[in-house]
Amino acid sequence: MSSSKKIRVVIAKPGLDGHDRGAKVVARALRDAGMEVIYTGLRQTPEMIVETAIQEGAHVIGLSILSGAHNVLFPRVMELLREEGADDILVIGGGIIPEDDIPALKECGIAEIFGPGTPLSEIVEFIRENVKL
Amino acid sequence: MRVDDLVQGVLGRDRRALARLISLIEEEDPVALDALSRLYRHTGRAHIIGITGPPGSGKSTIVTRLTSEYRRAGKTVGIICVDPSSPFTGGALLGDRIRMQEHSLDREVFVRSMGTRGHLGGLSRATSDAVRALDAFGKDIVLVETVGAGQSEVEVVEIAHTVIVTDVPGSGDDIQAIKAGIMEIADIFVVNKSDLPGADKKVTEINAMLDIDPGERGWRPPVLLTNARKGEGIPELVATIAEHYKYLKESGLLEERGLKRSKEELEQIMEYKLTRELLTKLQGRPEYEGAIRRIASREEDPYTVADRLIVEFLSSYKEESSE
Ligand SMILES: Nc1nc2c(ncn2[C@@H]2O[C@H](COP(=O)(O)OP(=O)(O)O)[C@@H](O)[C@H]2O)c(=O)[nH]1
Ligand SMILES: [Mg+2]
Repeated sequence: MSSSKKIRVVIAKPGLDGHDRGAKVVARALRDAGMEVIYTGLRQTPEMIVETAIQEGAHVIGLSILSGAHNVLFPRVMELLREEGADDILVIGGGIIPEDDIPALKECGIAEIFGPGTPLSEIVEFIRENVKL
Repeated sequence: MRVDDLVQGVLGRDRRALARLISLIEEEDPVALDALSRLYRHTGRAHIIGITGPPGSGKSTIVTRLTSEYRRAGKTVGIICVDPSSPFTGGALLGDRIRMQEHSLDREVFVRSMGTRGHLGGLSRATSDAVRALDAFGKDIVLVETVGAGQSEVEVVEIAHTVIVTDVPGSGDDIQAIKAGIMEIADIFVVNKSDLPGADKKVTEINAMLDIDPGERGWRPPVLLTNARKGEGIPELVATIAEHYKYLKESGLLEERGLKRSKEELEQIMEYKLTRELLTKLQGRPEYEGAIRRIASREEDPYTVADRLIVEFLSSYKEESSE
């Protein structure tokens, strides 16, 4: 196949919390790993995230969240992706998420949750191994 | 996805099919060319507007504002934002969408971010094909944002009917960049960030440069002041863009440029296809590798070998097609 096949990742920050330092660090790491990272900024609704991923032909969505609304926002993103027939997109999450909530999130289709302090190389590797191009 | 589905999808305004087609274009997948060849007769209707200028000069913000104006006028909009890929890793951070959030739920606005990658046919090939996909989809307006002022950006901007070059107050250096080639391609200059000191001075400077070198065209590029953050000067910009399009049509330039572009494109495609066919035939064959070694050891020269290989290729081609 063609040499210019590239992993395209949408990095989004759903919810209302105000800073995106962590998301930016991840975005840069993925770029440095040779991926095309579409960065969308703060305060994205699940509808906006899914529409962006569709238009951008994303293979991966990375959701970063600090506000504690993950139990609502993450499943909503998955639901919208299924409605659009776009649930082949790999969805991963990051931020501050209590251990107890993780099984339910995985149950609804989030492929992996990366807590604070996860080595960036681990995220890169996980994407490479699990993405469907 | 089969070519049929792709073509029907794009013509049926299915944005997933459009997104898929642009991905295939970027991946240089032959299916994309099949689809585009069938979509071609549905193109040629969009007004394509290029916008280029230094990073941070407000291009994305202007694109967002223009989009609001066009949507208010009932027009559909496609946007392509091109950012450089790293030549080392091939990765790219594409952040133009951050400024375009207000349109992200408007189904009549389609935004696509592209990295320059290492495209075979140059950046302009993939970008112009993506623009064509948006055109076939039925977008009335297609906006193409690229970072000025390198050669590839100049190429991209040649896709556009109307080229806007942005600048900001101060920044004396980029006048140099403008001199180095951007000047000739601008149909409209925008001095953005009119709220910053020195905005009027910048307008005067650009106008002075236009006085020195007005070019041979019947259109002198207007220099507009905007504050894109507040939306000031945007209606005037929209009106100027429309005026320029009208000028292109009435002067016959639109048709003339269309012919020129068609010729260039045809020749580019033939060159690409011929080269690809020739090399697929030759590469890996022992005679070819032998010839390369003889050139390296100075037993033969590349000019003669090239002539011989091309003649052989063309005559084998004739035999094949008469079979
Ligand atoms: N002061 C001021 N800032 C602006 C104006 N237009 C855009 N900006 C800001 O300039 C920065 C870069 O804008 P952006 O549209 O991303 O520029 P681009 O890199 O050329 O696409 C952003 O922080 C904008 O909010 C303006 O008219 N005045
Ligand atoms: Mg921009």
